[in-house]
Amino acid sequence: MSPQAKVQAQASGAAIELVDVRKSFGKTEIISGVSLAVRRGERHAIIGPNGAGKSTLFNLISGRYEVSSGEILLNGQDITGLKPFQINRRGLARSFQVTNIFHNLSVYENIRCGVLWSAGYRYSFWHRVGGLKDVKQRAEHVMERIGLASRRDVPAGTLTYAEQRALEVGITLAGGAEVILLDEPTAGMSRSETAQAVELIRAVTEGKTLVMVEHDMGVVFGLADRISVLVYGEVLATGTMEEIRSNPAVQEAYLGTVHKDGADA
Amino acid sequence: MADATLRFAPLNLGRWMIWGATALALAIAPHVFTQSFALTLLTQMGTLIIFALSYNMLLGQCGMLSFGHAVYSGLGAYVTVHALNMIGKGALALPVSMLPLVGGVAGAFFGVLFGYVTTKRAGTTFALISLGIGELVFACVLMFPGFFGGEGGISSNRVAGAPVLGITFGPAIEVYYLVAFWCFVSMVAMFALTQTPLGRMANAVRDNPERAEFIGYDTQKVRFLQLVLSSFFAGVSGALSCINFEIVTAENVSAIRSGGVLLAAFIGGIPFFFGPIIGAAVFIFFVVALSGFTHAWLLYLGLFFLAMVLYAPGGIASLILMQIPVMRAGRLRELAAPYLLALAAFLVAFAGLIGLVEMVYRLSDANLDTNMSLAGIAFNAKAQAPWIVSGALLAAGLVALRYAARFVGERWAAIQQDFEAGRA
Repeated sequence: MSPQAKVQAQASGAAIELVDVRKSFGKTEIISGVSLAVRRGERHAIIGPNGAGKSTLFNLISGRYEVSSGEILLNGQDITGLKPFQINRRGLARSFQVTNIFHNLSVYENIRCGVLWSAGYRYSFWHRVGGLKDVKQRAEHVMERIGLASRRDVPAGTLTYAEQRALEVGITLAGGAEVILLDEPTAGMSRSETAQAVELIRAVTEGKTLVMVEHDMGVVFGLADRISVLVYGEVLATGTMEEIRSNPAVQEAYLGTVHKDGADA
Repeated sequence: MADATLRFAPLNLGRWMIWGATALALAIAPHVFTQSFALTLLTQMGTLIIFALSYNMLLGQCGMLSFGHAVYSGLGAYVTVHALNMIGKGALALPVSMLPLVGGVAGAFFGVLFGYVTTKRAGTTFALISLGIGELVFACVLMFPGFFGGEGGISSNRVAGAPVLGITFGPAIEVYYLVAFWCFVSMVAMFALTQTPLGRMANAVRDNPERAEFIGYDTQKVRFLQLVLSSFFAGVSGALSCINFEIVTAENVSAIRSGGVLLAAFIGGIPFFFGPIIGAAVFIFFVVALSGFTHAWLLYLGLFFLAMVLYAPGGIASLILMQIPVMRAGRLRELAAPYLLALAAFLVAFAGLIGLVEMVYRLSDANLDTNMSLAGIAFNAKAQAPWIVSGALLAAGLVALRYAARFVGERWAAIQQDFEAGRA
């Protein structure tokens, strides 16, 4: 990317910018040149059929995988090739499609782990963690918001599925990152649980930038300001709900097939 | 941040009582068990408690299975023995009581050196590299006799330097109190470390290293720091064993030591902070006390370890902690009968096992007398009757043990069911 383009990206207020990002596993190209700008403060959904590369895209942005080529910018800064913890420290946090929590730790401790780095305690072995009032307040605040305050001391491994999903989001939010990536936050939830989760996500991402992968169209249309459609590793279209709905290419390639088999609707 | 530093408010009475009781137990133990043999046992237990707790900073707290932890205690001991000899020659003005700090710093130094390599990876890779480093150091010890003293090791005299307050460390009781003091300090320090951000993140890295990376933590650095701190305490333990035995040999850095501390920590219970304390005491009992009675002690230790891994992976500590909710509910009495039955069955089986093992041992070596006696009963290992009796005891004991286990299980399940119902 030229210096001019970088300046442009910063000026345009993109929280995340992908420039011709490609990723291959062996000979198979999963992401084939994705360019995408997520505006600061928007809620952006990435939809697409199974195997379109949505989760792979998340793994590239968050540093879990390395890109084969292309650039990724976070708030105008190049984060390509950085490790997950380095990207997290620059203000990006993510959740996982398959629940990824600390099973033997209590709910409170799970959240507290998410708070510690950003509260500045890093690798300290000279602070007593129970005496850190700022950490305690923040962790309790997050627990309130995700509705798990009453389950404070329960080992995370024994929570119900929906509670674990909420905790998953809670750990992601705990560090106070400005850019949040949620990978199928409502996967496997019942209808009422999904409705609750949508309200939760809406409340906790207020004033933040949210990018989410989601299969449930109800969730997408209820939450997202803009939508990108990913098909075969390429962005087919990006736009508002109406723009996406009326886009003939999208209808042809994605929504059409969904209506036919109904699997992902 | 001034209010965020180490501080013990609100006063946790329960915790203070436990630490107070521990200190008291360490102080009066040699007056309760007055035989000189008991003092030997207690001194070695104190040393191993520090070592096993330091080992559990890796395995139990951070999920790092090390097969080479003796490297840090052993090298700490070697540095200490040289320091002790320098004190003896008057070349170093340091009271002997402060030598554990020398061992600790040496241990931590080697922790930095080797940990940089070993902690790059977790899991199986870490385990294998730790094994490799252990073998490497063991080989080096024999290769450089100048510093390590070769096969014979390096001996020393702990009565060195000017006595402080008349304490020369000549008498064994003075060494015991030195070990007890450092054991207590190390226990408190290692417990305090579990309550710090690093200690908690070590738990997080143990549970789910990947997620830890996504909340800002470099898991490699967490493992590294944890290993360096752990090596410090391993070094303290090494220094104390150097003072106690007045000799350091290649055995101090050997895989046998590394395996021993793993066994001790596991038997005691790695999921709990205090588990390795119990494990260390039991282990020393096996090694020191039992080895005086039977040459097959290692076999008994191995069988015991095997039984723990299979039936109580949480160690002795978990077996104790399981009883607490039952005791609180005042229902331990219901378990008394099945427990006693299980104990009796176990003792019968164990008696049979001892008979068989000891007879096999007598027969395995042609130089040994086959006329022997167990529990005051004299017999010949070549006769048929003792074999039949031992075999029958073992078989009957095992069958009874199975029934007893079912009995315990049923009572236990009934109590748990009531607990569940009470909760709902």
